[in-house]
Amino acid sequence: MRAGRRLAIGVGLGLGLGGCSGSQSALDAHGAQASALRDLMGLFTVVCGTVWLLVLLALAVAVWRRRASGREPAEPGATSERRLGIVVGVAVALTVLTITGLTFASYRTTRGLTGIADEGVTIRLRGYQWWWEATYQDQAPERVFRTANELRIPVGRPVRVELAGVDVIHSFWVPSLAGKQDIIPGRQNEITLKAERPGIYRGQCAEFCGLQHAHMAFLVIAELPENYEAWRSAQLRAAEPPADPEAARGRDVFLAKSCKACHAIRGTPAGGVLGPDLTHVASRETIAAGLLPTTRGSLAAWVADPQTVKPGSKMPLVPLDADELRAVSAYLASLK
Amino acid sequence: MSAPAILPGELDRGAERAILHRQLERTWATPAGFWGALTTVDHKTIGLRYIVTAFGFLALGGVLALAMRWQLARPESRVLSADLYNQAFTVHGANMMFLFAVPVMEAMAVYLVPLMIGTRNIAFPRLNAFSYWIYLFGGILLWAAFALQIGPDVGWFAYVPLSGPQYSSGKRADIWAQMITFTEIAALAIAVEIVVTVFKQRAPGMSLDRIPLFVWGALVTSFLVMLAMPAIMIASTSLILDRLVGTHFFNPTEGGDVLLWQHLFWFFGHPEVYIIFLPATGMVSSMLPTFARRPVFGYLPLVLSIVAIGILSFGLWVHHMFTTGLPRLGESFFTASSMAIAVPAGVQIFCWLATLWDGRPVWRTPLLFIAAFIVTFVLGGLTGVMVASVPLDLQVHDTYFVVAHFHYVLIGGAVFPLLGAIYYWYPKMTGRMLSERLGRWVVGLIFVGFHLTFFPMHFLGLQGMPRRVYTYQPEMGWGAANLFVSLSSILLAAGFALFFLDVIRSARRGPVAGDNPWDASTLEWATTSPPPPYNFARIPVVTSANPLWSEREALPVVTGLRVDRREIVISSVSDATPQARESSPRDSIWPLVTAVAASVMLIASIFTPWAVVWGAIPVAAALIGWFWPKGLPEDEA
Repeated sequence: MRAGRRLAIGVGLGLGLGGCSGSQSALDAHGAQASALRDLMGLFTVVCGTVWLLVLLALAVAVWRRRASGREPAEPGATSERRLGIVVGVAVALTVLTITGLTFASYRTTRGLTGIADEGVTIRLRGYQWWWEATYQDQAPERVFRTANELRIPVGRPVRVELAGVDVIHSFWVPSLAGKQDIIPGRQNEITLKAERPGIYRGQCAEFCGLQHAHMAFLVIAELPENYEAWRSAQLRAAEPPADPEAARGRDVFLAKSCKACHAIRGTPAGGVLGPDLTHVASRETIAAGLLPTTRGSLAAWVADPQTVKPGSKMPLVPLDADELRAVSAYLASLK
Repeated sequence: MSAPAILPGELDRGAERAILHRQLERTWATPAGFWGALTTVDHKTIGLRYIVTAFGFLALGGVLALAMRWQLARPESRVLSADLYNQAFTVHGANMMFLFAVPVMEAMAVYLVPLMIGTRNIAFPRLNAFSYWIYLFGGILLWAAFALQIGPDVGWFAYVPLSGPQYSSGKRADIWAQMITFTEIAALAIAVEIVVTVFKQRAPGMSLDRIPLFVWGALVTSFLVMLAMPAIMIASTSLILDRLVGTHFFNPTEGGDVLLWQHLFWFFGHPEVYIIFLPATGMVSSMLPTFARRPVFGYLPLVLSIVAIGILSFGLWVHHMFTTGLPRLGESFFTASSMAIAVPAGVQIFCWLATLWDGRPVWRTPLLFIAAFIVTFVLGGLTGVMVASVPLDLQVHDTYFVVAHFHYVLIGGAVFPLLGAIYYWYPKMTGRMLSERLGRWVVGLIFVGFHLTFFPMHFLGLQGMPRRVYTYQPEMGWGAANLFVSLSSILLAAGFALFFLDVIRSARRGPVAGDNPWDASTLEWATTSPPPPYNFARIPVVTSANPLWSEREALPVVTGLRVDRREIVISSVSDATPQARESSPRDSIWPLVTAVAASVMLIASIFTPWAVVWGAIPVAAALIGWFWPKGLPEDEA
């Protein structure tokens, strides 16, 4: 099993396909589920690879052991037919055994996947065309908050992600942590994530969902429990009033223009629900669903012309002059 | 064998061959010229037309694939816009499945089955002509829409709600759905013809255990078509109703169900794979003995495998839906059934290997393609075992791993045998051989190009690259592999270009083939190349599964058919004992007229439901014209 994994990874490296240590790879497992799946993949690869090589060997010997002697077709002899019959019968029997074995290995892994106990953290995740909205659930309503395109989870604790469909079908997939699960309108699905070590794991929508399906990524950031709790408390707070005058002007522009129709910033009158909650937008690693790293420059570029940065995005172009744009980007960049 | 008792003068009572040929020619030939081309019901003309058209669509779909590979060669590339890319992969997939793979396999059956079972024309020849026209118009609909930049952009399986009224505005999804209707009608028509032809028109003596294996493949495939296609017709019609008249079959907020679409689609979509694959295995089983120089090993297991795959193919559809959150127990059942299909597939592989092992292989291009097929298809089948496993599928589903898997199965499992079959039967179809020298280059380029293009995709999928993304970011680390894949695809395309070149060039300049250039054993080689309009001057009588090998001198034949009207022999289903003489229809323009009327109705129904009402009138009128007695000799029978 381990050997198979090394083989698969080795072949991958050998082909010069880049390292498998990327943040979005099923071979680079950092979660309980993903590890089990990677081991099963190794087993299947070894078994199937062996079968393939045996078939190739049989084919090679079959065609090279004797060449055409004459054009006249031969009538097969009874003994050779019987011998061939036995060989084929044994091969079929071995196929049945192999298939049965793989099926049971597959069952066992499936059972293991569902065995993770539920504990504490529950996130309700909605997939929209083309971004993700995460709502951290809590018994106390005041401890519920919304964020977008980024999940922070505590290392070592199972996290229940409830997948709620809104518009079209999306699929939630963080290959380094777990297999994928579809988000389907009219159905309730869920998946449990459990990160084994801290790190940033990238995920991406895996079910074609329209024009910008390619740009519907998100990050899962696994942190030590104390850091996670600190982050969660920070997220619960309303946005700080801007300290410098440019950011303050930016807030005024934000509230005067149509931004607030779709976006919420807690602590201000902006309470739109159609787009991502921006209360702590600058604390997130990326904007536009994994498309750009969060910097003042990328925020300005995104606000200035969303349709060029991400054609078809539901974010409209809000006309701003240069000063307003500078101010708004300063304000957004201050929303840590 | 001997001439029958005295009957009226029109019967063939063992007439002199030259006279017989002249009279049959007068009765069966399609008149030359434009009108003849529009009215013909000759299965060979229609079959060839179908094959050429399908390969035309293959070339178009291949160009789209190259465009997509150009776009994906580098991260954040802007060769194709997101919209154009989404249209490109949708049209590529729909085209390759509905306009190339299924039709070309049926077309091969339309051409070959009547010849292989020794009859003069396919059953329902006018329906056959109608089928081609409908298929052609459906294909034109899809490509015209793409040329106008209103091609469908929802993927070849068009999942709702994305393809529904709310999220797919305009007419793009309707064009996809109606293209499905066209190709389904065409496929159902052929399926019916093939079943009746195989069951009732086999040459006397061709009992069930003497039917060539390609014909078995075509027969089982036809049943799959008849059982699977209604599901997709219901699905696409419901989708059009949702979009056009406001029903809510797939709208969850009004009690519809999104997953209903996926069940209906894959209940068709999985057998679809075997509709493509089974004829290909039949081709392999029929070509292999010729080049192994011995009868195929395990005729009965091979037939049973074809039937078993056909039945099992209806129990697998949920393995396309493992990530939708269905109950795990139910999913496990589909894991078992999906894996079980590896057994009959394995039986076939082992029988072919045994045939080669015991034979004395002659290395000609078709056998090279068969070897390439075994190497490639077995790998694709084994990755199929991987995706059949629920837990593994959770990782690889909808990634490039699956893209690699189904291209291994479809190109390796179906297109390689098909290309071999073209090299094998081209002499029969045209009277000329394809170039053996170019053929080796074609096999080499396509085989190497294919593996270099598609093998790395397995790793791309495991490294997290989803399918159907029009671009990816540089930091994902997929750039090198994608560039490699894109460059390799040029090699693959070069192989196909060389193939087309060979086919076009050899039609005029290839060496003359003769009746049986490969010294093959089945009936299609018992007549001239290309065959006369009536296929056989006298219907052969079959005494074994390899008639041309067991009767080296001359085949026994049937006499006593009329020569002044189109007549065929009807035989019993299991033993093929002759039962009756039956007339076979003459050329007619009405299939074309009906196809035009039906096409107008179907295309107009994209825009208004009333088109179904008003459009039905010309269709009915055309059908009345089709069936109106015209005082032909065939009408008397």
